Amino acid sequence: MSATAEAVGAGTLVAETPKNGKKRPLSEGARAERRLGLMLIAPAVIVMVAVTAYPIIYAVYLSLQRYDLRFPDQAKFVGLDNYVAVLSSPYWWGALRVTLIITVISVIIELVLGMLLALLMHRTLFGRGTVRTSILIPYGIVTVVAAYSWQYAWTPGTGYLVEMFGGGAPLTDQTKAIAIIILAEIWKTTPFMALLLMAGLALVPEDLQKAAKMDGASAWQRFTKVTLPLMKPAILVALLFRTLDAFRVFDNIFILTAGGNGTYSVSILGYDNLFTALNLGIGSAISILIFLCVAVIAFLFIKGFGASAPGSEAKR
Amino acid sequence: MATTTARQKAGWGSANTIAILLAIVPVLWIISLSFKDPASINDGSFWPTDWTLENYRGIFDTSEFTRALLNSIGIALISTFIAVVLASMAAYAVARLAFPGKSVLIGMCLLIAMFPAISLVTPLFNIERSLNLFDTWLGLIIPYVAFGLPLGVYTLSAFFREIPWELEKAAKMDGATPFQAFTKVIAPLAAPGMFTTGILVFIFCWNDFLFAISLTSTTNARTVPAAIGFFTGSSQFTSPTGSIAAAAVIITIPIIIFVLLFQRRIVAGLTSGAVKG
Repeated sequence: MSATAEAVGAGTLVAETPKNGKKRPLSEGARAERRLGLMLIAPAVIVMVAVTAYPIIYAVYLSLQRYDLRFPDQAKFVGLDNYVAVLSSPYWWGALRVTLIITVISVIIELVLGMLLALLMHRTLFGRGTVRTSILIPYGIVTVVAAYSWQYAWTPGTGYLVEMFGGGAPLTDQTKAIAIIILAEIWKTTPFMALLLMAGLALVPEDLQKAAKMDGASAWQRFTKVTLPLMKPAILVALLFRTLDAFRVFDNIFILTAGGNGTYSVSILGYDNLFTALNLGIGSAISILIFLCVAVIAFLFIKGFGASAPGSEAKR
Repeated sequence: MATTTARQKAGWGSANTIAILLAIVPVLWIISLSFKDPASINDGSFWPTDWTLENYRGIFDTSEFTRALLNSIGIALISTFIAVVLASMAAYAVARLAFPGKSVLIGMCLLIAMFPAISLVTPLFNIERSLNLFDTWLGLIIPYVAFGLPLGVYTLSAFFREIPWELEKAAKMDGATPFQAFTKVIAPLAAPGMFTTGILVFIFCWNDFLFAISLTSTTNARTVPAAIGFFTGSSQFTSPTGSIAAAAVIITIPIIIFVLLFQRRIVAGLTSGAVKG
């Protein structure tokens, strides 16, 4: 679901807070404008609510039921039993552990590589267009296609990478398979990170760099003392969206290992409980728990943002 | 960067080359696999020893792939069209009009951009079965539009902000209603932005795998990413590797074309939000 993360806009959509203090009668024009505004956003709002808000409420309801698709007649209200079952299961904690490992490692590496790539694209004097075009390929390519490419590359006999890295069947080993999943994630999403960071770099005034250089700051000092602080909002936005995106990792794991050998993420666990175990109750409880995890991560990040949170009034 | 020495040039050049190679090698590999004949597909060499088109002929012989391709193209185009139209309306309102609830809309877009799709799969699966939307084009189009909208609203309102206000005012001065000002003046100016947004939303729909495998069960609505997983070899003794690689290359072609033709637009669209924060 990486594409949704593109809606990054760090506070571009600055809403003008309406002054609710005094109630002045609206002029005819202002009223028409209000009406038009509401009419124009209505279809978008209806679709978004119908596809997200309503199903998530329905999922809460399902998660409180014993509901097995094989025995739909036996569905009944069981309270929090499904949550107890999930939270006391080693599968959930194993999946959460794998998901967090993949998320933390891939996001950290992506930030470093993305920053290098952004600096490269920002500073390089020739071939910038070629670099940008090439890195858009990993961004745009279908994740499943990329995942198959990695899978075959690491398949014994077929692949070109297996022999290079010690042979064996790396995708059947938990640690190695997770490393390959992380590699596939990094390859696919570093370009996105780099483009966002490049946009942040463009905001750093050249004059400040020059001034720091005059004062005798080394390249590293200029980067850490001038560039990084000014880029903080861009970095936080990129981190937030990539972290949430990585936490939802599904496609790469599904193709690379199908969750075998202890490589399943929380998303894979939720999917399996619905389509393999056909258990809507447990599946919904897992869905809600994932939703809560994402909410907690987003909350922590947005608290860290402070004033530069996306959507809040940007002080320029 | 006033003076560039030959050494600096070489340094940047090799860094560029490494970045480009890392980006394209996995793509070259899947292309190479698609041209390998079944006998040598497991030889482990990077380039094919005998080039063949057999894998491509194979997948176009069965309706399994052609039907999936049709589904992918149809569903992605329709979803993109609807999402761009709805997002343009909303983005225009956000960028130009004063009305209550603007921040609610923005917050909602942000929330959906962060939403874990897997949390929706279970309830949507059940809802769509009861509404007979399961395994239909519409059953995929609806969630694609919903997830394309936040992206569209963000990108488009950034683009709309760039359009000069005065033109709209002039149109209103000349007696145009706000709706006419939108369709006659702003929409044509906004077309490039809408096109860029369309590319981004299309890539998202084209890319999706989770909804595609969860909300379909037959070739009726199954898109290519989901269909590839169900490929079998031409006989039970051959592996589907070649067919998968060929199908993978086919669905990569539109992406490569977009990237080559619209590189600047895509970068502008992706970063339009982030830049001005």
